[in-house]
Amino acid sequence: METAFRPVAVENKEKEVIARESVSYWKDAWRRLKTNKVAIVAIFILATIVIMTIIGPSISGHDYKEINSSMINQRPSVEHWFGTDALGRDIFSRVWQGGRISMIIGLTGALIATVVGSIYGSIAAYFGGRVDTIMMRIVEILISLPYLILVILISIILDSRSIGTMLLALTLAGWCGIARLVRGQMLQLKQQEFIMAAEALGVKPWKIIVKHLIPNCLGIIIVAISFDVPGYIFAEAFLSYIGLGIQPPGTSWGALASAAQQTFIFHPYQLFFPALMIGLTMLSFTLLGDGLRDALDPKLRQ
Amino acid sequence: MGRYILKRVGLMLLTLWIIITLTFLLMHSIPGDPLANMARKLPEQIQQNYYQRYGLDKPVVVQYGIFMKNLITKGDLGESLVYPGRSVTETISKNSKVSGRLGIQALAMGVTIGITLGIIAALNRNRWPDFLVMFIAILGVSIPLFIIAALLQYFFTAKLELLPTTGWGKFKHTILPSIAMCFGSIATYARYMRSNVLEIVNQDYILTAKAKGVSEFNIIRKHIFRNAILPALTILGPQIAGIFTGAFVIERIFGIPGLGFYYINSINDRDYTMIIGTTVFFASLFIISQLVVDILYGVVDPRIRVSKNSR
Repeated sequence: METAFRPVAVENKEKEVIARESVSYWKDAWRRLKTNKVAIVAIFILATIVIMTIIGPSISGHDYKEINSSMINQRPSVEHWFGTDALGRDIFSRVWQGGRISMIIGLTGALIATVVGSIYGSIAAYFGGRVDTIMMRIVEILISLPYLILVILISIILDSRSIGTMLLALTLAGWCGIARLVRGQMLQLKQQEFIMAAEALGVKPWKIIVKHLIPNCLGIIIVAISFDVPGYIFAEAFLSYIGLGIQPPGTSWGALASAAQQTFIFHPYQLFFPALMIGLTMLSFTLLGDGLRDALDPKLRQ
Repeated sequence: MGRYILKRVGLMLLTLWIIITLTFLLMHSIPGDPLANMARKLPEQIQQNYYQRYGLDKPVVVQYGIFMKNLITKGDLGESLVYPGRSVTETISKNSKVSGRLGIQALAMGVTIGITLGIIAALNRNRWPDFLVMFIAILGVSIPLFIIAALLQYFFTAKLELLPTTGWGKFKHTILPSIAMCFGSIATYARYMRSNVLEIVNQDYILTAKAKGVSEFNIIRKHIFRNAILPALTILGPQIAGIFTGAFVIERIFGIPGLGFYYINSINDRDYTMIIGTTVFFASLFIISQLVVDILYGVVDPRIRVSKNSR
């Protein structure tokens, strides 16, 4: 009988050893994102476009500003992969040079708006009461102004067509959406015990916002960024189209497309490439945003 | 409901005042004055006469006071600085008819086609009509307006020679611009309606209707459509905004003498009074349309009305 039941020789300590690496929130999100084929394709396309905007302008052997009067409006060929424009400039180089500007505006625009919006939203949510009411009223008014008209107005006033002023015009009212989003999320978080614990321990408000509240909102913030980037690229294209955007010799996808649009019927290939890049970028960011939302916020999944 | 409307109207007036003041002050804070370019070459006396005529010799605060007084009492927005004798209010009222017609046509088209496509897609879930509609919807949100306009011009004018590229006056001139303008609305509405309908199809009351033997067509018409259309009202606001900004680009491409066309021109001419006037007009229209949509939504959906009252 005694031999039938023997204690297994396992030390108590060994029982507590963690067999597998613990899965953090980010690892878990990445694992979910990896299973989403559409999102992975979108990441791949975006990575290709970003790499090309970095190396693209220099690999065709033609500078994007180089004017060649003997090679005007050439169709795509071995010499000029995407053809040439009305001044004989190489479209391949121009598309990637323009993409550099569009991408910079899209990414930094979204980033600036996110940082400003998150800070604003968290301050409003954390302090609550009258501060919250006043801050949110301001946002409400800013949001009810027509966005593009505001951007046009600011662009006219700043009257400089550099990337910096354009970013300023685009982000000045662009942060409101994120501020609302972050505030809503934070109001929920604020009720939770770990914030109460931090407050009880005497942690300063600023530190609670930065160390506890913002990291917990990071998921929705990242999703918002990926949906915002196409918006900024769109707005840039719009501004360039109406003549308030990037000025020559600089260029962007919007400027390229608007220049090509006028002679589109005769030289469709000039519009095709910038349009394709804008479309692909928009689409990839939107699809990536969908994927990220599913991966980062399981609650939202249907 | 009455209190809610009152509160919203109050907030709207505040917003309007802020945007008018902001536009005015910002435009006047630009270094150099609006007439500087033109007046530089003129003799001293004529210069002064010019400044006096447009009231630019007074301090900005006084100018602001006069501007507000004229605007509120007479609806007068001043006179164009580039084209003497052209009243801003008149220009706006003349050109906004053109833009308004195009905008309403585009909006009506966008909403109708979008809703229809969305319902078709949802009822044929995961079959080819669904994929086709979703493909159109994705194109609509990922391709800028002016590229869609260029494509339309290319196929319908250059290739098929069916419709004119530019111009204004007849119905055929409005077809392509309307399609180009409402493409975004179609896309958004199709996507939105699809998910709405998919949600409703699984509700118990649909099952009840089916069990009672209500015909397929009547289920769609009376139960699905009515319930799905309500939330679609909420996204009407942003759609109107989209149509507004679309007008800037579309009117230029198709050579339509609308408000957007003149707005871009006045920006390029640096015609300050025109810019201020048109901005104020666009902003007011935009804000008012948002308000109307919001109130309409409260009127149409009793659930919202109740929740607002109980608060």
